[in-house]
Amino acid sequence: MDFCYMPAHELHRRLAAREISAEELCRAVLERIETVGGKLGSFITVTGDLALEQARAVDKRIASGEEIPILAGIPVAVKDNMCTEGIRTTCGSRILHNFVPPYSAAVVEKILARGMVMVGKTNLDEFAMGSSNENSGFFPASNPWDVDRVPGGSSGGSAVAVAAGQAVVALGSDTGGSIRQPASLCGVVGMKPTYGAVSRYGLVAYASSLDQIGPISRDVTDCALMLNLIAGHDPRDSTSAPGDRPDYTAFLNREIKGLKVGVPKEYMGDGIDPGVRGVVNEALGVISSLGAEIGEASLPHSKYAIPAYYLIATAEASSNLARYDGVSYGYRAEDPGDVVDMYAKTRSRGFGTEVKRRIMLGTYALSAGYYDAYYLKALKVRTLIKRDFDRAFEKFDVLICPTSPTTAFRKGEKMDDPLQMYLSDITTISVNLAGIPGISVPAGFSGGLPVGMQIMGRPFAEGTVLQVAHAFEKNTGHHKKFPSL
Amino acid sequence: MAQYETVIGLEVHVELKTRTKIFCHSSTAFGGDPNTHVCPVCLGLPGVLPVLNREVLEYAVRVGLALNCKIAGFSKFDRKNYYYPDLPKNYQISQYDLPLAEHGYLNINVDGNVKRIGITRVHMEEDAGKLVHQGTISTTPYSLVDYNRTGVPLVEIVSEPDMRSPEEARAYLEKLKAVILYTGVSDCKMEEGSLRCDANVSVRPPGSHGFGTKTEIKNMNSFKALQRALHYEVERQIGILEEGGRIVQETRTWDEARGVTLSMRSKEQAHDYRYFPDPDLVPLVIDREWVEKIRASLPELPDQRKARYVKEYGIPEYDASVITATKEMADYFEQCLACYSNAKAVSNWVMGDLLRLLNARDMDITRCRVSPSRLAGMLRLIDGGTISGKIAKTVFEEMFETGRDPETIVREKGLVQISDEGAIAAVVDEVLAANRKVVDDFRAGKEKALGFLVGQVMKLTRGKANPEMVNKIIREKLK
Repeated sequence: MDFCYMPAHELHRRLAAREISAEELCRAVLERIETVGGKLGSFITVTGDLALEQARAVDKRIASGEEIPILAGIPVAVKDNMCTEGIRTTCGSRILHNFVPPYSAAVVEKILARGMVMVGKTNLDEFAMGSSNENSGFFPASNPWDVDRVPGGSSGGSAVAVAAGQAVVALGSDTGGSIRQPASLCGVVGMKPTYGAVSRYGLVAYASSLDQIGPISRDVTDCALMLNLIAGHDPRDSTSAPGDRPDYTAFLNREIKGLKVGVPKEYMGDGIDPGVRGVVNEALGVISSLGAEIGEASLPHSKYAIPAYYLIATAEASSNLARYDGVSYGYRAEDPGDVVDMYAKTRSRGFGTEVKRRIMLGTYALSAGYYDAYYLKALKVRTLIKRDFDRAFEKFDVLICPTSPTTAFRKGEKMDDPLQMYLSDITTISVNLAGIPGISVPAGFSGGLPVGMQIMGRPFAEGTVLQVAHAFEKNTGHHKKFPSL
Repeated sequence: MAQYETVIGLEVHVELKTRTKIFCHSSTAFGGDPNTHVCPVCLGLPGVLPVLNREVLEYAVRVGLALNCKIAGFSKFDRKNYYYPDLPKNYQISQYDLPLAEHGYLNINVDGNVKRIGITRVHMEEDAGKLVHQGTISTTPYSLVDYNRTGVPLVEIVSEPDMRSPEEARAYLEKLKAVILYTGVSDCKMEEGSLRCDANVSVRPPGSHGFGTKTEIKNMNSFKALQRALHYEVERQIGILEEGGRIVQETRTWDEARGVTLSMRSKEQAHDYRYFPDPDLVPLVIDREWVEKIRASLPELPDQRKARYVKEYGIPEYDASVITATKEMADYFEQCLACYSNAKAVSNWVMGDLLRLLNARDMDITRCRVSPSRLAGMLRLIDGGTISGKIAKTVFEEMFETGRDPETIVREKGLVQISDEGAIAAVVDEVLAANRKVVDDFRAGKEKALGFLVGQVMKLTRGKANPEMVNKIIREKLK
C-alpha cells in the first residue's frame, strides 16, 4: 500500500522501525502534490525544500538512535490562514498575496517543534468565508472524489490534501463548520475542538469568538494525536482556556456501552438529503449495536442559528478585516489619490465578493440604530442556543447528526445563491455558537460520495467525542476508502 | 457678556508609564527611532491577539481611586472602529459602556472656595501611532507612520460639565495633573503628549438648566492654550448668539499661532464608531480586596496633605496649597522639616525665594541644587545669629547657583554677621558724625530718619551688621 495513504500512527511505527525514512515519506507526499495538485488546487504555497530539510533533520535523529516522538517526520499541511514565519500567508486573498509574516502561529510553532514536516499552505475560501472553497482569491479546490464537485470549505485545501495523500494530516480552522464540512465532503476526519482548547495566536481572525483551529486526518487516532499536540493553554491568547488538557488518546479503544447518544430531531428532518440521512441512520445502528443508548434530542432554537451566526460572525469580521488597508503590508492600490481613495481602491480590489458582502453585512449590524435589533439580538439567540445544548447534554453524553445536509455539490451550483450556500453549514454552525467540540467522521457513501457524521460533546469533552468516533471507526471501514485519482 | 454662563467639561487622556504597552511586551519609552518599540501585536499584524498588561489595570485603578471613583466589579473592553493610518488595526481597543471607574470628583479652588467637579468616568484604552508629514498635512506628498506610541496605555478621564469659566477648566486640569503625579502612574507631560485635553464648551443664559449646543475643542497643548482656546471659543459662541445666530454642534481645532478655533468636522460628519465588545479579550472581574489593597497603597493626595500641613504645621491654607501642588515640592518641604523644625520659616523660604528662583529659570524642584538639609542649615545660621535674614538671601542665591553648603559660602565671602557691640558702635559714631542734618531731623521727631541712618551703617558694614543691634545702638546714642 502506498504510504501516502497511511495514517500517522502507522507511519510513525514504520519510521521508528526504519522501514521508511522521513525523507522518502516527504518525497512521496511532495510527488503527490506535484502530480495531482494541479487538478485539485489544494495548495497555495508548497514548501518542498523546507519540508525536505525538516524530514532530513528527523532522519538524522533516527539515525543517531534517538527515539523520535510521535508525529515527528509526519508530513503536515497548514491552512493558509495560520501565520508561518518567513513563509507567505495569504488567507486565500489577493489583499495578502505578498504577506510574509515575521512570526509563526502557536500551532505552527508546536508542529515544527515536534519535528513534523510542513509541506505547504493549503487553499481556502478567502479569509475562511465560504463552504465550497470557490471563494478562494486565487483558484478553487476540487473534490478528489469528483473533481467537478466542491471539496467543501473553508478548509477545503486541507481536507483535499489529506484525502488525496498530499499530506498525512492537516490543520484547519472552523468558524461555522469549516473543518467538519470539508472533512465530511472529502471523506476524512475533522475536528473542531471546544472554543479555547487550542490557541488562536497567529490564526488570522475571521470571527474571533467562533474561530477555532483543529486537525484534519485519515482516522480518529491521528485526530487524537494531533489534538494532543496542538491543544493547551497559551498566555498569548486571552480566550485560551487555562489548565492542562487530558491525553486524548486515552479515550480511544474505550467501550461505548451505556453511553447516551442524542439525535437532534431538528438535524434529521427536512433539508437533509435522504441519502445522507440514510447513511447516518445506518451509522447510528452501528453505534446502537455497540451498546450505546440512542434517543431523540431537541435543539429548539436551531432554526435561528444561521441568522444569528451571520450577524455575529460578520460583525466581528467587519472589524477584524478593517486592518487590510494597504498602509503597511499586503496589497495596496497602485494609483491612490489620497488616503481615503487608497483605502477604497485597495479594499475594493483586494477583497473578493463574499468577503465584501460579509464586511457590509457586519458593518450594518453594528451601526448606530441597528446594533440592538441585530447584533445584540443575535448574542441573545446565541445564549439560547447554548442553553439548548446544555439541556440536551443533561440527558445525553454526545449528540449525533449529519455533518452536512448534502454530499459534495457541483461547482458553481450555489455560487449565485449565498443563502443556499449558507444552509450547507446548518448542522455545524450551532456548535461554534455554543463553543462545544464537534467531529466529523466518514460514515459511508451516498451516490459514490462520502457522507460525514457529526458527533458533538460537552465543552472540553473532546475525549468522549473521540471515544464514540473511534468505536464507530473500528467497527466500520469507511475511512479506509480512498478516491481514485 | 455677563448675560451668558459658560459650561465646560473636559476629556483628558493620560499616558500611563508602565514599562510595557497595554496589550504586548513592547517598550513604552518616549522617543526612540521610528518603529523600534514595536512587535507584531502592537503593529496589528494578521493573526495577533491582545493580552491585557495587569500593571495597566492596576495603574488605572489607582487613577480611579485617586479621583474618588467607584471601581467597577465587572468591566470589559470594546472596539472603537474608525479608519486612520496611525491606527494599524483600524479599530482602537477602548472601553464603552462598562468603564473601569465612574462617579468620582475632584475639588478645585475657585476664588478661595472649594468647588467640586464631577468625574463621569475613567476608562482604559490604547494609544494610536504618529503620522509624520513633510511640511503640513494638507500639502505633504506622502506621510510616514511611526508606531512606537501605538498601544501605549492611556486612561481617559471624562469630567461632568461642571466648570463655569476657562479659569476653572485650567484649575481643574492643573489639579488633575497634580493628583495623577501624586499617584505616580504618569509623568503628565503636556509637551510630550502624555497629558492631553479636549474640551466640550457651550454657553447659556444664566439660571437656565438646559445646555446650549456644545462644540468640542481639540489640539490644546498647554494649560495656557487651554485657557486661551476656551476664552476664544466662549466669545465666539456668544458673538454668534448675540447676532441672532445658532451654534453648530461640531469638533473644532485650536490654532495656536492664529489664536482661533477652526471647524474640523460637523456632527453629520461624526464617526459611527460601531462599538462592540472585543471578542479577543475576556471581561474583567475585579476583585474587591485587590482594589482595597491598591487604595491602601495610595500615597497621601494633595488635598489630604494640604489639610495636614494646615493642622500640623499651622501654615496658612494658601501656602499649604502652593506647597502641595506637586508631590515633589511637598516632599522637599517635608525633607526640610526632617532637619529643621520651624515649618513656617521653611514654608516662607520655599514659597518665596526658592519658588521665585525656580520660576525665573523655568525649573522644577527635582532639579534644584539646594538640598533640603542645606536649606535647613542656612535657616539655622539665621537662628544662631551668624547671618542676617537679608544676608541669607544672598547666601541662598549662591546656594541655588552652585549647590554649595551655606557655611562655606558665609565663611568664604566673609558674610558673618557683626554682633560685636563695640565694632558696631564705632561705625554708628562715624555715620552720626557724617549726617548731622538727619540726626537733627530724628531728634525733631522724624522717625523715618532712623531708617536712613541704619541703612548707612548697613552699607558701611556691607550688610553684615546685626540690624537689631544697629537699631538699638543708634537709639541709645541719640537719646
